[in-house]
Amino acid sequence: MVYEAQQGHPGGDFSAADVLATLYFGAMRYDPKNPRDPARDRFVMSKGHCTGAFYSVLAAAGYFPEAELSSYMKPLSMLNGHPNRNYLAGVETNTGPLGHGLPVAIGIAIAGQIDNADFRTFVLTGDGELQEGSNWEAALTAGHRKLENLTLIIDRNRLQQGARTEDTASLDPLDDKWRAFGWHVEMVDGHDHAALLSLLSANPKGRGKPLCVIANTVKGKGVSFMHDNVAWHHGVPNKQQYEQAMAELV
Amino acid sequence: MSAAAPAKAGMFDCRDSFAATIESLAATDPRIVTVVSDSVGSSKLAGFKQKWPERMVNVGIAEQTVVAVGAGLANGGKVPFVSAAACFLSARALEQIKADIAYSNVNVKLIGQSSGVAYGELGPTHHSIEDMAWLRLFNNLTLIVPADPWQTEQAIRAAAAMDGPVFVRVSRMPVPALERSHASFEIGQAETLIEGDDIAIIANGTMVHRAVAAAKILAGEGIRARVVNMATVNPLDESAILAAAETGAIVTVEEHSVRGGLGGAIAEIVTANTPVPMRIMGFPGFVPTGSAEWLMEHFGLTETGIAEAARQTIARKR
Repeated sequence: MVYEAQQGHPGGDFSAADVLATLYFGAMRYDPKNPRDPARDRFVMSKGHCTGAFYSVLAAAGYFPEAELSSYMKPLSMLNGHPNRNYLAGVETNTGPLGHGLPVAIGIAIAGQIDNADFRTFVLTGDGELQEGSNWEAALTAGHRKLENLTLIIDRNRLQQGARTEDTASLDPLDDKWRAFGWHVEMVDGHDHAALLSLLSANPKGRGKPLCVIANTVKGKGVSFMHDNVAWHHGVPNKQQYEQAMAELV
Repeated sequence: MSAAAPAKAGMFDCRDSFAATIESLAATDPRIVTVVSDSVGSSKLAGFKQKWPERMVNVGIAEQTVVAVGAGLANGGKVPFVSAAACFLSARALEQIKADIAYSNVNVKLIGQSSGVAYGELGPTHHSIEDMAWLRLFNNLTLIVPADPWQTEQAIRAAAAMDGPVFVRVSRMPVPALERSHASFEIGQAETLIEGDDIAIIANGTMVHRAVAAAKILAGEGIRARVVNMATVNPLDESAILAAAETGAIVTVEEHSVRGGLGGAIAEIVTANTPVPMRIMGFPGFVPTGSAEWLMEHFGLTETGIAEAARQTIARKR
C-alpha cells in the first residue's frame, strides 16, 4: 500500500500489526455486516497515521474488499491517509492528530458503564503520542471512574518521528505512570500473539480498573532494513527495497 | 469566577432557560446525558445532577477530555450535552471540536456558557469573543446564538431534535424577553423583529434587544430600521441577508470580535451578491478590564451607539 501510494508510515504499521491482528482475529467481538451494532466491541485507532496496518486488518476482517486497498490515499478513496468514520465502516472516530483516541474511547466506555452493557472498548496509541497532554487528562478520568471495560494498548516501539522517545521527552517508567493514575498495567511482547491474546481476551469483570497493556514492539518489525530505524517512521521504499521487504515478510 | 450580575425585574439569565429545558428533555429521553468540566454550578445543572446523577459525567477541569468524552458517549448511543465555559470550551478544545465532533460528524451538543464578555473584569483570557469566528468555519457544525430565554429553550430543543453536531452559545448577561408577534424557531431561519426599509440592523445574542431599542430611537426620527435576529450563524439565512441588503445599508452587532464573526459571515454573502455599505459592530479584539456593561458602553454596543452607527451607514448609501 505504502509503495503504491508513495506515502505512509510503514515503521509504525509494522510495530502495530500484531496487536491489530490479535484484536481483530481473536479478542474482539464484531460483525462487519452490522458495523454499528450497539453490542459490538469498539476499537479506536488513536495512532491514526498507521492506516497501512489498520486498513489491511479491516479488509481482512471483512469490512471492505481487499482489492480496495490499492486505492489507499488516491483521490476520492475511502481509504484516507487517516481513518474517517464517515467513509469507512469499522472506524469509530476520525483520528490523525495525536492524543485524540483515548479520551473518545473513554466516552464510549462510560456509555457502556451507564447502560451496564457488556461491550468492551480498546484503544491503540503510539508511545510518542503519549507526549500529548490530552492523554493524561483522560487517564485521570478513566482511573477515577474505574473503567474496567476499557483497554489501552500502547505500541511501545520507543521511536517517534524524529528520534527515540527517551531522547525526546522520556516516558519511563511508563508502567508506574499508569499505575499511579489508577490503572492495571501489563507488559507484553507486542509481537507474541499468544501472550497478547491471553491479556486482551481476559474477562475484565471484577478487575475494577482500566487496563493498560504496554506492548513492547519493534518499529519496522519484519523488514530488516526498517527494523528499529527512525528513518522509517514515514518513508517509501524504492522498487528494490519493496521487493526485498515483500520477500522478507512472506 | 465573577459574581453574577444582579437580577433585575424583567431580565433573565439564559443559563436558567438552558437548565430548565435540559431537565425537561431528559425527563422523557433517557439518552440525554450531560458532560461537564467541574462546571455544574456555572452551567446551572445542580438540578440535573440531583435528578440523574448517573447521567452526568464530570471529567474535572479538562476541556479536551470533556469534548472527546462527549464524542465517545454519542458513539455509545447517548445524546450528550457538553456544557462548559464558552471561552475554554471553544479555544482549549478547538481541535477536539474539529476532529472528534465536527469532522467525525457525531451527535454531540456543545453548550458554551457565559459567552462573550460576561466575565468582563476577568479579562480576555475569560472572554469568548473569538468563538463564532472559529466555530463557524466547521461547515457541518450548527452554531446558534440565542437572544433571550425563550429562544434559548427553542435552540436547546432544536439541538436535541436534530441528529448532528451543534454548538449553542449561552450568555449569562441579563437580557429581557423579546417581544414577538409570531414566535417560531427553526435552525437556519432568521427572525425579523421590526420591519423597516431604510436600513437593516442584524444582531444576535445579547445584542438583539439593544438593536431593537436602537430601532425605536431611529423610528422617532422617521428612520425605519429593520431588526433581524440572526440566531443561527451556521447555517446562515442567506435569503434574510439578501433581503436586508435591499434596504441599501446594513449594520451588524455582536458580542464578539469584529473579526470573522457574525458581521464577517454576513459580509461574505453581501459582497458576493449585492454589495451595500456595511458597519460591523463588536469588540476590536482584546479589550481592557471592565465589567461587561462597561465594555459594551465603552465600545458603543448600546442603543445609542447602534443608532448612531445606523445613521452613519445610511449616510453612505448610494
